[in-house]
Amino acid sequence: MSEVYEILVVGGGPGGLTAGIYGSRARLKTAILEKGRPGGQAASTMEMENYPGFFNESSGPGIMKEFAAHAEKFGTSIIKGTVVDVDLEGPIKTVKTSDGQEYKAHCVILSPGAEPRSLNIKGEGKLRGKGVSYCATCDADFFEELDVVVVGNGDAAIEEAMYLTKFAESVTIIVIHDEGVLDCNKASAEKAFKNKKLNWVWNSVLDEIIGDEIVELVKVKNIKTGEVTDMETNGVFFFVGTVPKTEFLKGKGVEMTEQGYVVVNEMMETNLPGVYGAGDSNAKYLRQVVTAAADGAIAAVAAEKYLAELETFREQVLESPVPVLLAFWAPQIEKSMAAITVLESVVEKTGGKVALAKLDTYRNKKTSANYKVETIPTVILFDKGEVKGRLEGDFTAADVEKLI
Amino acid sequence: MIDLTKENFDAEVLESEGVVFVDFWSPKCEPCMGLLPDVEAFAEKNAGRAKFCKLDTAGNKRLAIAQKVMGIPTFVFYKNGEKAFVFNKDEIEMGAVQAKLDELLG
Ligand SMILES: Cc1cc2nc3c(=O)[nH]c(=O)nc-3n(C[C@H](O)[C@H](O)[C@H](O)COP(=O)(O)OP(=O)(O)OC[C@H]3O[C@@H](n4cnc5c(N)ncnc54)[C@H](O)[C@@H]3O)c2cc1C
Repeated sequence: MSEVYEILVVGGGPGGLTAGIYGSRARLKTAILEKGRPGGQAASTMEMENYPGFFNESSGPGIMKEFAAHAEKFGTSIIKGTVVDVDLEGPIKTVKTSDGQEYKAHCVILSPGAEPRSLNIKGEGKLRGKGVSYCATCDADFFEELDVVVVGNGDAAIEEAMYLTKFAESVTIIVIHDEGVLDCNKASAEKAFKNKKLNWVWNSVLDEIIGDEIVELVKVKNIKTGEVTDMETNGVFFFVGTVPKTEFLKGKGVEMTEQGYVVVNEMMETNLPGVYGAGDSNAKYLRQVVTAAADGAIAAVAAEKYLAELETFREQVLESPVPVLLAFWAPQIEKSMAAITVLESVVEKTGGKVALAKLDTYRNKKTSANYKVETIPTVILFDKGEVKGRLEGDFTAADVEKLI
Repeated sequence: MIDLTKENFDAEVLESEGVVFVDFWSPKCEPCMGLLPDVEAFAEKNAGRAKFCKLDTAGNKRLAIAQKVMGIPTFVFYKNGEKAFVFNKDEIEMGAVQAKLDELLG
C-alpha cells in the first residue's frame, strides 16, 4: 500500500467524476473513492432536463453512467470505499476507509456531495422505508395505485412529484407558501399546475406521520389558521433540501461553514494546500449537476498546476546538487526578461558551479507566496534546499556575482 | 443467493428453519445496486451459516408490502420464519449487518 496517487477524489458524484476525467486526462494518477455506485444524487432522479446537451430521453442514471465511463476511459480508478477519516495537513495526505484501507495522495479533492434533509417530524424516523421516502426512483414502484404526499416545493420536489404521478393514484403536495407560489423554476411550475394527478395544499406544513407498521395517515397543519387536518395516505416523500456529507471532515483542519459546507476560493482551493472542494458539499450559490461538474474540472486543473509546481521546485531547486539561483519572472514584465538574460550570463560564467531555475510568478502563485515574492524580478539563492540570499527589482551582473 | 418470488417466498423464508437474510432491492434503485456487490460478498463469506436471498420488489410489490417493506434497500433477517431484525436504507452498514448475523446465530 505504498502507492501514492497524484489526485485522490472523495465521492463519485458528478463533481468527483468530472475531477476524475480532467485529472486522468492530464495523465495524473487519479482515483475516486466512492461508497456506493458512481453517480451520486444525480443518479437518483429520472427527471433531468437541464444538463446541457442532454434533453431527449435522458435520465439521471443514464447521464451518470456516461460520466463514470468517461472517467474510467481516461484511466481514473473508481475504488469502492467509504471514507471515514482523513489527514490532509502534510504534503502527503492520507485517507482512510471503513474497511481499514489507507490511501495516500499529493492532492485530495473533496466531493462527498449532500444527502436529503430530514425534518424530524414526529413519525418520520420510525416510518422510514415503511412509506417515508427521500428517493422517488427507489420507491415509486411501491405506490402504484396508492396515494402519496410530497413535502417541499423546490425544483427537486416538483420534478419528483411529477415523476411519482406516473405511478401513484394521486400525489398531494404540501406547500408552505400562499396559493400559486412555488420555489421551483417556472417551466416546472407550469407543467405541474397542468398535471391532473397533482393536488395542492397551500400555506401548510406536515405535523406528524402516523402508522402502525406502515404509513397510514398524516396530520397537515395550516400555518395561517393553525388548523390541523388528518389526511389518509400510503406514502410521504420529502424533498426539502439537502445537507452536506462532511461529517468525516470535522476537526481535520479544513475550513467549513457552520452548516458543514467546505469553504473554497475561485480555484476550488480549501484553506489547506493541495486540498480542494467540488460540488454540492462546497459553500456555493447553485447546487446542480452542471455546477458540480464545473467545480470538479476547476479543482482538477488547480491540482495539476499545484503538482507541477511542486515537482519542478523539488527537482530543480531543493534537490539540486549545486547552488541554484531561482528567478521569479513573468513574460509580461520586460524588466524581468532582461534580468533573466543577466542571470543566464552570470550562471554560464560559473561553468556549472551554480544553476539557474526560472519560475513564472503568475503561474506558480504557491511558491511565490511561500517565498513572499512581491517584486518581479526577484532572485533567491538556494543551496542544499536552503535559502542563502535574495535580490529584488533592478539588479546588475555584479550584484548577482556578489550574491553567489 | 436465492432469488425470491411470490411462488417460493413462503417455502424459502417463512417456513424455513434457522436464519434467513433477505435483501429487498430493485434494479431501478441506485443505492440498492451500489450495495449489491457487498451483499453478494457477505453471502459468500457466510455461506452455509444461514440462507441468503434477494427479492426484486419491482415484480413483487405486494409481497414486499405484506412484509411491511415500502422502501428500498431494506435488509430483513428472519429466524425460524419470524421477522427478527430490519435494516432500513440509512442504517445499512455491512459491518453492522455481519454483527447482527453473528448475534442471531448465537
Ligand atoms: C431528487 C433530486 C433531483 C435532482 N434533479 C436535478 C436536476 O434535474 N438537474 C440538476 O442539475 N441537478 C439535480 N439535482 C442536484 C444534483 O443531483 C446535485 O447537484 C449533484 O448530484 C451534486 O453532485 P456532487 O458530485 O457534488 O455530489 P453527489 O451527487 O451528492 O455525489 C457525492 C458522492 O459521494 C459519495 N460519498 C459521500 N460521502 C462519501 C464518503 N465518506 N466516502 C465515499 N464516498 C462518499 C456519495 O455516495 C455520492 O455518490 C437533483 C438532486 C436530487 C436529490
